[in-house]
This record gives sequence, structure tokens and C-alpha cells, in this order.
Amino acid sequence: MDLKTLTYLVVGASFSLYVGIALWTRAVTTKDFYVAGGDIHPVLNGMATAADWMSAASFISMAGMIAFMGYGGSVFLMGWTGGFVLLALFVAPYLRKYGKFTVPEFIGDRYYSNAARAVAVICLIICSVTYVIGQMKGVGVAFSRFLEVDYDTGLYVGMVIVFLYAVLGGMKSITYTQIAQYCVLILAYTIPAIFISLQLTGNPVPQLGLGGTIIGSDVYLLDRLDQVVTELGFKQYTTDVRISTLNMFAFTLSLMLGTAGLPHVIVRFFTVRRVKDARSSAGWALVFIAILYTTAPAVAGMARLNLIETMEPQRGQYLAIDKRPQWFRNWEKTGLLAFDDKDGDGRIRYNASNTDNELITVDNDIMVLANPEIARLPNWVIALVAAGGLAAALSTAAGLLLAIASAISHDLLKGMLRPRISERQELLASRIAMSFAVLGAGYLGLHPPGFAAGTVALAFGLAASSIFPVLIMGIFTQRVTREGAIVGMVAGIGVTLFYVFQHKGIMFIPGTAFLGTTPTNWFLGIEPNAFGAVGALVNFVVAFGVSKFTAAPPQAVAQLVHSIRAPDHSTLTQNALVAAPSGQPL
Amino acid sequence: MPNLTPERAKEYWRRNIALMSKLLVVWFVVSFGCGVLLVDVLNQFQIGGYKLGFWFAQQGAIYVFVILTFYYARRMSALDDEFSADDT
Repeated sequence: MDLKTLTYLVVGASFSLYVGIALWTRAVTTKDFYVAGGDIHPVLNGMATAADWMSAASFISMAGMIAFMGYGGSVFLMGWTGGFVLLALFVAPYLRKYGKFTVPEFIGDRYYSNAARAVAVICLIICSVTYVIGQMKGVGVAFSRFLEVDYDTGLYVGMVIVFLYAVLGGMKSITYTQIAQYCVLILAYTIPAIFISLQLTGNPVPQLGLGGTIIGSDVYLLDRLDQVVTELGFKQYTTDVRISTLNMFAFTLSLMLGTAGLPHVIVRFFTVRRVKDARSSAGWALVFIAILYTTAPAVAGMARLNLIETMEPQRGQYLAIDKRPQWFRNWEKTGLLAFDDKDGDGRIRYNASNTDNELITVDNDIMVLANPEIARLPNWVIALVAAGGLAAALSTAAGLLLAIASAISHDLLKGMLRPRISERQELLASRIAMSFAVLGAGYLGLHPPGFAAGTVALAFGLAASSIFPVLIMGIFTQRVTREGAIVGMVAGIGVTLFYVFQHKGIMFIPGTAFLGTTPTNWFLGIEPNAFGAVGALVNFVVAFGVSKFTAAPPQAVAQLVHSIRAPDHSTLTQNALVAAPSGQPL
Repeated sequence: MPNLTPERAKEYWRRNIALMSKLLVVWFVVSFGCGVLLVDVLNQFQIGGYKLGFWFAQQGAIYVFVILTFYYARRMSALDDEFSADDT
């Protein structure tokens, strides 16, 4: 069977599975729609969380980024996993204990203010929309590369699938489809990695293979990699620092705080029954994520080595143009791989030089997407990678869209504008909000604004600088006031956006970067994507400062804080607080 | 079930914070410490083909994170049980 047919079959089978789940799980109540009924098993929720959170960026782009950054790429590995420790310790258990539906709802109650809730909704929408554009693009790109349909057509198909299960079933369907999507994506990621590790090192465990010796020799793979990259003029793979130690520190911190502050991940912990389950569920989520995240560096290192050996089959002898392998020709068509035989010697020179390097484009994404072809793996593995990339993009998109839809129907409509609507009306409103969210995301996918490339790291910076600090201050202090939280959020996200805009252009429009795009003007040498950590600091400082000069929060807030801190079995929570209307002094 | 007395609630929270602080130190040491700040020092040592600092940044920190989260969940369940047992 040829590759295209096989890919259609595998992707088609995975899509039928998702639609089947959508038809089987319908949301009947708002509790189903927002928190999947609140009774998901912690291990299953861990799996769903892993899929919710691992996006097209984790699946498709991350290993490629590490492959070309070497040690510097560790910021993604540590940042995107270390944040789960913060989430598990400092955020998830308390918000679960609070026991309502959305993150802005907590912010509105804790800061006794609808204004704080509204600001939180705006921050949530900014972070989530930034993030969802990348996913929609991922869906379109995966379709156009693997199924050879138009980018637009691919995007429409993706929208229909998400529409079916997200609008019908809300969180309930999203949860079960995410579990299925996790299984698809993790198989699609690890199987090629195992094959490649076997080929290069003879060790089936990629995590060990990367630290092992090259098959048939006693040279360590990483030593060989260091040697070949330095010979080509690149920096040594295992020690190549990203810009500076301070920048790596800030970038890692920014990704960590963002992970612990992204609402679509936090709400996943509202779907388990007890606080205890929220804690263990975070552990399971991290296990499922760690399987991919510890495999990724192996994929990265091995793919880089494979690429170099393709380009330089014998030392000093570069790849002859007429001998380039089939996968090379295939990927040239997509524009992700391009060469230019500048000296006309019929060979493609590959090195770190700006002037005589002839492999002029190697997109990061190729390292995962073309990996099975480079390693000459069977066609079904390639088809599986296509289904895995789509699963990663769709699962994250659905989670983000739900966060956006519930912020609109639950926080804005029910919470502020029309508190009297019935549950049925709210459920209908949330379906309508979801429909518009899907259409909006689709529109942005079709007409990606200039900033769509590399926006995922930015979404983390925005969440780190706006939502994470007010959650932490809300749980761990009683003194931070409504005014402090509002000004803090605005200052945090404002500073971060301002910094990104001044170096990357206002709304990323080229030419509007008034402080220049080069590192020379960076504050302490911190790159824009890493600035969320500084934004978070600003948020904390401003919030504490303003709180000092404003009236202390009412007594009811102290009660709320005590109740979310109390042990699980205590009855402090439920009785006193559930009855209080949100956003008003209790 | 009656509520915890304010003293007991305070004690529960104090022990929770103490546990979190310890784990947060470990979290910081394995990632920002071994993976970023001390990476050059640790890179003088090897485990298998990995330089040690590089290993922490790309593998070790992640394994420790997983252990930390489960350890916290287990210790907190025990703490919850301890503090609700004397309530009922």
C-alpha cells in the first residue's frame, strides 16, 4: 500500500475514534460541559492533561529546536516539565478545593471584584488565543504535508472535528478524546524514536541510547555529535548556551510559571473528585508528559547526527546533488528544506558559515516529521507520525477553546451580565460561545496574523506574567487587595507585551519594532520570549505595593482563603461558601 | 464532621508550607542549580556518554520533578488523614 493511502487510513481511523467518542459522551448539565461531571479518574485525567498541554509545539517543533540549539534547548525541557511541580504544589489542589468552574471565577471571588474577574477573562483570552493560533496552523500544515490537501481544506476538516466534540460534549467529550489523543501521540512519538535509537546505538530505550555508544564502536554518541558539529563550525552540542546563563534562567522560569498559570491546564484539575485526586493527577500528568519529554532530547541528538551524516557521507565529502535521498526531495517541495549550490560543484556544502553554507533552509519541524523517512522506517510509522501531530494539535486546541468559551458564557454572561439565566440557557450559551470560538480560531488559522510563528512561548510568558502571580497571591496571602490584583495583572501582562512589541514589532508588524530586533537593546540580555519571568516579578511587586495603600480585603476573603487551605476532609468549605454569589463580598 | 480548631488548621498549614519549601529547594537545585547555574562544573563528570550537567538539564531534572510531585501527593494525603482523623 502506498504511503498516501496508508496515511489516509491511519488519520481517518483516529478521527473516527474522536467523533465516535463525541457521539458517545454528551454534556447534559453545565457541570458536564465545564468540568466533565467532576468525576474523572486521576490517572485518566493525567492522560487527558498531558494531551491538553502537549501541543503541536511539543510534538512537532520541540525536538527540532533542541537539535539545533543543543544544550540551550534544555530550557523547553526543564521549563515545560518543571512548571508541573509548581502546578501540583501551589495551584491545582487549592483551586480544586475552591470547587467551582473557571479560573476567573476564583479570581473574582478571592479579589471580591467583578472588575478583577473581567481583567482575568481578558488575560485568559489573550493567552489562549495566542496559543490556539499555533495549533490551528499545526493542523493545517500537518494536513497539507501528509495528506497532500490544501492547507485551507485541512484546517476546515480540523475545525469540523473539534466542533463536533467540543460543542456537543464540552469538557466531557474533550476529556475522553484527549485520552485517546494522548495514546495516539505518544505511540507516534516513541515508536520512531525506538527504531532510530536501535539503528544508531543498538539500545531500544532512546533515553539510554543518547548516553550510549554508537553501534559497532566504543565512541559515545554525544561525543561523536560534539565532534562533527564543531568540525562544521557549529558550537559544541552539549554545552551550547542559549544567549546567556541569565537568559536561560529567565526563559526556563518563564515557561515554568506559564505552565502553572495557563487556565486551560488548570481547569483540567477541576474534573477530578477530590483534592487528593488533583494532587496525584498532576503527578500522573507529569509521568505521561515525561515519557515524551525525556525521549525528545534523544530524537533531537540522533536526528542532528543523522542529518549531518546525510549531508557529509564521508569526511570532507559533501552530499552530491544528484545523490540526495528521496526524503530530501520530498521535503524540498514543502519549502522546509532548501539548498543552493553556490559554487556550482554539484555538492551541497553544510556548515555554520553564513557565506558558503549551501543548505540554506532546514526547518526545525523537519527533525520530527521527516525523522522516520531519514531513518528509512516503514510507511506505517510515517502515517502514525501524521496522526500523532494532528492529535497533539487538536487536543490542545479543544482545551483552549473550552477555556475561552467558558470564560465567555460562565464568567462574562452568567457571572456578570445576566446572572439570572437558567442552567439550560447557560449550557446553550456555552455551546454558542464554543461555536464562535471554533470559528474565530479557524479564521485566525486561515489568516494567521504576523505573530503566528513562535507564539507558543509567548503565550506562556503572558500567562506567567498575568494569571500565575494573582493565583499564588490569592492562595498564599490574605493581604493582597482587589486593587493590587487588578493593577498587578495589568502591569504584568502590559510590561511583557510592551517588551515583546518593542523588539518584535507592534502586533508583530515588521518595521514597528521601535527598539530594534537585535540582542544589543535587550534588557539584561533577556530575549522577548523569556520576558514573562520579569513580567511576573513586576506583577508581584506592583500588587504588593498597591495593596499596602488600599483598604484590607473584607473578612469574607479571609474565610475563603482559610477554606481552600483546610485539609480535604474538613467541612470548612462547602457549606459557608457555595451559596455566596461570585464576584461579591461574601 | 466538626471544623478544625483554628490552632489545628494553623498547624496543618504550617506543615504543608514546610513540606512545600523543602520540595521547592530540591526543584530549584535540580533544574536551575544543576541544569543551568552549575552546569559547567558538573559537566566535568560523566554518566555514560552524558556530561552530568547536560544530563540534569535534559533528563535528570525531569525524573526528579516526577518524583517530587508524587512524593508531595503522598505526604499530603497522609497529612489530610492525620488532621481529619482527630476531627471525626
